Amino acid sequence: MDAFKKRKLVNNIVLVLSTLAALLGLLWLFWILGTLFYKGLGSLSLEVIIGDPPSPGDNHGGLKHAIVGQTLIVLTATVIGIPLGILAGTYLSEYGKNGRIANIIRDLSDIMMSIPSIVVGTFVYALMVKPLGHFSGLAGSVSLAIMMIPIIVRTTDDMLRMVPPELREAAYALGATKYRVIKDVVYKAAITGVITGVILSVARIGGETAPLLFTSFNNNFFTLNMFQPMASLTVTMYDYAMSPYKYWQDLAWAAAILLTFGVLGANILGRVVAHKFKK
Amino acid sequence: MRKDFLVDWTFGKVALLSALIVVFILVSLFIVLYKESSLAVSTFGVWKFITSTVWNPPMEKFGGAPAIFGTIVSTVISITIAVPVAIGIAIFLTEIAPHFLRTPVGVAIELLAAIPSIIYGMWGLFFFAPFMRDKVQPVIHATLGKLPVIGQWFSGYTPGIGLLTASIVLSIMILPFTAAISRDSFNMVPDILKESAYALGATKWDVMKDVVIPYAKLGVIGGIILSLGRALGETMAVTFVMGNQPVIPKSLLEPATSITVTLANEFTEADTDLYLSSLFYLALILFVMSFIVIVIGKFLFLKKVER
Repeated sequence: MDAFKKRKLVNNIVLVLSTLAALLGLLWLFWILGTLFYKGLGSLSLEVIIGDPPSPGDNHGGLKHAIVGQTLIVLTATVIGIPLGILAGTYLSEYGKNGRIANIIRDLSDIMMSIPSIVVGTFVYALMVKPLGHFSGLAGSVSLAIMMIPIIVRTTDDMLRMVPPELREAAYALGATKYRVIKDVVYKAAITGVITGVILSVARIGGETAPLLFTSFNNNFFTLNMFQPMASLTVTMYDYAMSPYKYWQDLAWAAAILLTFGVLGANILGRVVAHKFKK
Repeated sequence: MRKDFLVDWTFGKVALLSALIVVFILVSLFIVLYKESSLAVSTFGVWKFITSTVWNPPMEKFGGAPAIFGTIVSTVISITIAVPVAIGIAIFLTEIAPHFLRTPVGVAIELLAAIPSIIYGMWGLFFFAPFMRDKVQPVIHATLGKLPVIGQWFSGYTPGIGLLTASIVLSIMILPFTAAISRDSFNMVPDILKESAYALGATKWDVMKDVVIPYAKLGVIGGIILSLGRALGETMAVTFVMGNQPVIPKSLLEPATSITVTLANEFTEADTDLYLSSLFYLALILFVMSFIVIVIGKFLFLKKVER
């Protein structure tokens, strides 16, 4: 066989293998998605969404406690995480710039982004659960906020740095203080990008289970008290999926599909906002 | 006027404080984990804890070897499976797929990366573990199990839950992330370089092998290392299907444990100080392991790409 034919043959083999790899990967992923939608949508009903938690072995009840708990925990996490993240990102972009301190903070924040989420859970357990002697929804929010902050720091920093310096200089020339420049010029120019970062960070932490396992723990009753153990969709899924009751397992799948809708919805929303920003 | 300057000054300080809080969280994370595990560190030492295979809570004997073994083995297996497939997907998306497919398939893969990992775990428990037990295990017994020496790694009958099942679920979970990051690295290769090679009569594979891969190498390796970091710290995808047996299994088909699985299952049940402290010790070891992996991936490889 001449060299040309051999090269063509090798080329075709590799192309076929890559296509097969892609198909194989997509096949597995669609198997999972298919199962999720089949089991999840099949288990979904009005009762599942607004019903009170089921008692063991009972075939009635729903996830109201977990849906409300999840919402409260994530909302509180964003209330803690957004201001801290945006302010820290602002510091890096507007004050620290490319100085040594800012670069060190950037690197540490990047590292924080990849810390195993369960390790964050153990940290918050030692900080907030052990001293108080009981689990609390607030501790869950703090662990999620810790995971959220570095993401917001990174996107805010990136987005603010994209604002052209001429805009800032024009405002300074009018005698504005740094605070006015940041508030009225930089934030205004970068607001969409910053919002995208916030939405994507919510999508990222919304599906986290591990940091909640021993912070907010679980609660089989409806509660609005952030200082008590609180149910979340994810931890409820974990407990119900492991339970021996068929109905509870179905509820776990219903929780899974609700969570997926929430997380994917936030993701798509973030992309749409980002797309508008580019234009 | 004065008020303006006061506001200005305060805002600057508040922003600085927020940035310092980020650093403070990371530093205190390390200090708190170290402090909480100090009881176990002083009782078992470092080397003894890492090498001891006995994990027996009622007897107050804690060795980290089974969990560390499970974490390392499941991570290595999942990366070995996921990386070739992910690079295949990346090649497919950048070089083979028709243009109208690239964006939708690319976005689909990115969205898959966003699906909560607990869903992978649940699917593993309800669908993949029975599939492993009924369909895959007999095949493995008949083929790999017959091999000399390594055959015993593929022996034994189990309900489908074990180290291999967990590793495969883990590999599926990190696949979208690894594929997306490899694709991004491939996409960073300037078109003009590829076109020059095509103009010389190179085939697609020649271009991949001699232009794209050498150019994108650092980015892809960095991406693989970050995926490794993810696999190392992943909890929910493996907790359901690992089996939580604190032993080093003789066969990959048998139930085992990992650091994250042990933490998820036992943390709330730890009833003595030494037990809890040993769990914190495991968390600290995981933290240090992933810290090292992230630093290598980000600063040795990905930082060079950005410059």
